[in-house]
Amino acid sequence: MNIIQTEKLVFSYDPESEGEPILKSLDIGIASGSFVAVLGHNGSGKSTFAKHLNGILLPTGGKVWIDGMDSADEEKLLDIRRTVGMVFQNPDNQIVANVVEDDVAFGPENMGVPSEEIRRRVDEALKDVGMYEYRTHAPHLLSGGQKQRVAIAGIVAMRPRCIVLDEPTAMLDPAGRREVLDTVHRLNRELGITVVLITHHMDECIGADRLIVMSDGEIIADGTPKEVFPRVELMRHNGLDVPATVGLLYALKKRGCDVPLDALTVEECAEALYQYFKGDRKA
Amino acid sequence: MLKDITLGQYFPGDTVVHRLDPRTKLILTILYIVLLFIAKSYVSYGLVFLFLVICIALSRIRLKAILSGLKPLVVLILITAILNLFYTRGERLLVSFWRIRIYWEGVRTAAVMALRIMMLITGTLLLTYTTSPLQLTDGMEKLMNPLKKLHVPVHELSMMMSIALRFIPTLIEETDKIMNAQKARGAEFDTGNLIQKAKAMLPLLVPLFISAFRRADELATAMESRCYHGGEGRTKMKVLKMAGRDWIALGCGAALLVLTILLRRLGL
Repeated sequence: MNIIQTEKLVFSYDPESEGEPILKSLDIGIASGSFVAVLGHNGSGKSTFAKHLNGILLPTGGKVWIDGMDSADEEKLLDIRRTVGMVFQNPDNQIVANVVEDDVAFGPENMGVPSEEIRRRVDEALKDVGMYEYRTHAPHLLSGGQKQRVAIAGIVAMRPRCIVLDEPTAMLDPAGRREVLDTVHRLNRELGITVVLITHHMDECIGADRLIVMSDGEIIADGTPKEVFPRVELMRHNGLDVPATVGLLYALKKRGCDVPLDALTVEECAEALYQYFKGDRKA
Repeated sequence: MLKDITLGQYFPGDTVVHRLDPRTKLILTILYIVLLFIAKSYVSYGLVFLFLVICIALSRIRLKAILSGLKPLVVLILITAILNLFYTRGERLLVSFWRIRIYWEGVRTAAVMALRIMMLITGTLLLTYTTSPLQLTDGMEKLMNPLKKLHVPVHELSMMMSIALRFIPTLIEETDKIMNAQKARGAEFDTGNLIQKAKAMLPLLVPLFISAFRRADELATAMESRCYHGGEGRTKMKVLKMAGRDWIALGCGAALLVLTILLRRLGL
């Protein structure tokens, strides 16, 4: 069953005005337990879409169903936010307390979880993101990647079934980005938490089960990364690039080399090129 | 430069004073302030002073830390002392010069006032030195809980306070960044007279305020998506518990209060 289902989702900040809506009739279903990346350039509506997934924004048209609950139903709001957790771009602006473990406890405290249970959840969540040794530290002394992992732990401690990450790596250095992505993949794999990763880095989408590409409030491509990235013209036409590996294979193909376009990682790409040149030498 | 600012500084430790419940410490501090104003005689001052010394000794806070905490208030203490010295009239004239008359009573009042302010500050310093900001806000929230019946937004106040404390280092960092950015464009913060310096602050404050508002907006969204909906139905991970030592400490405080009142009655 889909944990998230949108039905002709339309959104505009000012419904009265004539202008084009930011989201134009989106129908997206996200399967429970999957890892979905949503790719789009600035202003494509991907962040606006993300904010609909736990009731921060409500649709101006259409419906959003979270685990069978209508996001516009005020009484279900807390249940929805308990089901879908949200991690934002700037870790500094989502950490509430001045001790790591107190911050992670914030969500469960709001939910009214008993004290001993909170303690257990906080310890587990911090171990899940690999920040347990830092539990008594002050967040402002941590690195960007560590802060973002604390923010993720704060969501994990609420035991959501789905985590939406809205450009969680945009403000991080490459090392921090790696830390955060590894953590998110592990949560998806080991705890079975559904992950929706909003990003504008195509490299971050490679490991996803499914890739949704958005442009101007519409879906322009939807499928596995191996299906989507080989459509190089479509991506470039919409102001997006493809991973360097696919770019290289595409350039070779244009020059007449018969190489596959769906080799996304460097290893796959190397293997594809090796096979091609080996065959070439024989011929 | 801004990194040196320490606000509500806390010296972590594991002494009896550190481990006392923040509510106990808050009550004792208030009691201590009351004592300072009730005390009239040398004996009762001595008693309160002894209480302070014992607390400091138990907390293992170094004297240096307390002196550095007193430093910014030296001017205030001096002004108070000097004013009292000149304006108190009495019977035993010590110095008479032009229009200035200094009486023995004036010297006494000046000394008592200076001592009182110093002891007042030292006592409150001891509270912030041995209690983490979070514990302090937690303790205040618990203590003010009865006020909820009068519709005082107790939870909101303590939440505001702890968020303010949380964002002090973040905003200091940001100020540093903006300062450097403005300096790189030729802004000067350290030259000129006071008015020029104040004017130079404007290009610093405007971006800082804008960014603070943006941060507040983002934080509010993040808090909401973490199910924050006010204090109702909220639980705590670390529940404050009064232990035996808390009751003993409060008992000592109460005994001291009774003793001081008795001494005052007896005119000592």
